Amino acid sequence: MDINTTTGKSVGIVETRKFTFESFTFRSGRTLGPVSLAYETYGTLNAQKNNAILLTHALSGSAHAAGYHSSDDKHPGWWDLYVGPGKPFDTDIYYIICSNVIGGCNGSTGPSSINPETGRPYGLDFPMVTIHDMVNCQWHLVRHLGIDRLLSIAGGSMGGMQALKWSIMYPDMVGSVISIATSASLSAQGIALNEVGRQAIMNDPNWNGGNYYGSKGPDAGLSLARMIGHITYLSEKHMHEKFGRRYKDEDPTITKFDNVFMVESYLHYQGTKFVDRFDANTYLYITKAIDYFDLKKDYGTLHNAFSSVKSNFLIISFTSDWLYPSSQSKEIVQALRANGKNVMYTDIETDMGHDTFLIDYEPLKRNITNFLKREYERVKS
Amino acid sequence: MVDIEHIAYDLILDEVAPGSKVLDLGCGDGTLLHKLQKEKQAVPYGVEISEDGVWHCVEKGLYCYQGDIDEGLADYKDNSFDYVILNQTLQITKRPSYVLNEMMRISKNAIVSFPNFGYYKTRLQLLVKGIMPKNILLPYEWYETPNIHLLTIQDFQNFCKKHEYPVKKETHFSLASAGRSSIIRTFPNIIAQYGFFVLDGERYTRPLSQ
Repeated sequence: MDINTTTGKSVGIVETRKFTFESFTFRSGRTLGPVSLAYETYGTLNAQKNNAILLTHALSGSAHAAGYHSSDDKHPGWWDLYVGPGKPFDTDIYYIICSNVIGGCNGSTGPSSINPETGRPYGLDFPMVTIHDMVNCQWHLVRHLGIDRLLSIAGGSMGGMQALKWSIMYPDMVGSVISIATSASLSAQGIALNEVGRQAIMNDPNWNGGNYYGSKGPDAGLSLARMIGHITYLSEKHMHEKFGRRYKDEDPTITKFDNVFMVESYLHYQGTKFVDRFDANTYLYITKAIDYFDLKKDYGTLHNAFSSVKSNFLIISFTSDWLYPSSQSKEIVQALRANGKNVMYTDIETDMGHDTFLIDYEPLKRNITNFLKREYERVKS
Repeated sequence: MVDIEHIAYDLILDEVAPGSKVLDLGCGDGTLLHKLQKEKQAVPYGVEISEDGVWHCVEKGLYCYQGDIDEGLADYKDNSFDYVILNQTLQITKRPSYVLNEMMRISKNAIVSFPNFGYYKTRLQLLVKGIMPKNILLPYEWYETPNIHLLTIQDFQNFCKKHEYPVKKETHFSLASAGRSSIIRTFPNIIAQYGFFVLDGERYTRPLSQ
């Protein structure tokens, strides 16, 4: 019974909507209001309201998970390969929701939003954001959409952290969790790499203590942070296969420090492209939220963290992911198993590294498709 | 050709009480667990090393963990399962003694079945031909076999005695036809192709309560 998931259609033209609630109190104790979340939905909520799936995005994601924003839009949403009719998150069957996290820069309230008290962007006056806050904001949205219980919550990387946190904070609302390439607490190496990215931004003179809105921002710093990020998302092997030692030009002259290698060119391209769509302060806030996320510290032990969850779990790691290594997913699985929870775990063989969850990868598609199908059957019966 | 894919499934299905919580160590594509779920309303869990096996389990809706059998057994509380099954896998495990001990601890019943190295045809190959046995039970050349801890029925009986594992039942068998076992009661250590034991994990884990 193999399901062919390589086909599937686009959800077509979609629109980002906005949900605004009067006030929101952050974990730090600060209250802001009004607060908005940008979100998109695909598919139709059924009459029983039991087919809703929340997608939680990673560091640089947005509410725009699938489809296109206009007929001449060339770039589909960040998880378009997985979301649409006939795709793993099949919009003919499920009702899919994706929202931009609080602190984000793609429509949700964040450091680049206007502070109503001053009439200027918050900048570093924005409260510290945690994964806990992201989940609580999404809770408001889900309730606003009239959903009492989600069939599933799915996300990779930081999205996986949110999905796990949801199952702990709202056990009765989360039927199942699909957590991909994530961790219960980022490694020291991961924190170190995030810090280098943050320092790249903060050492850019244009950052100006976070007050750069309306003038030239810390583009060089943000671009450098993104370049570092992209190194961590790929495996050594994949990078070698993709670029090797190839040059941009066939017969390069030995010049000073122009970027001549393909891999240099790739990183510069990724860095420059990122600057156009992302806010540097959001980068600082969100990476810090990832660093602070620690289920072991918050609940004493990882075992305690999962003691009251009621969801079924699909946990997936990738063998070549060194940013969120398989051992960190296994740790989650073991804590869940020790609590007697229902968990499926697969360590998918791949050379593509951490970013495997964003590429067209049949084993991932197949497991998500089959897991959701069975979970939906359980809910319906 | 006998269907060697489903060895001992009939005996295991007979053994497992309806509605039991079952863990299958080395569950492959989940066929046995799926049968137990359908025919015995069992609540099934699995551990499997191969990606493909785990993915088939996901397809069947079985909660399965991809990893080594001995990985993470320590996480389970005493007597978490009604049955833990180690079917045709004991001889492949790296630490059989550890695995069996954990099975006895985490389960009320441990079902263990393995190819009997004392089977007379196996003995004869070594004795008469002087070569490492290769037959329907042990279908590998010595240089490519995954079987690293081969044993006889007698070996396992001695092992249980030494470790004070209470043996509930022994139904050693040979294959009769596809998926069908015929139980061997006379000289099983010579005549039976496979050993089949049910051990009392509950009595082992909580000896004082008896």
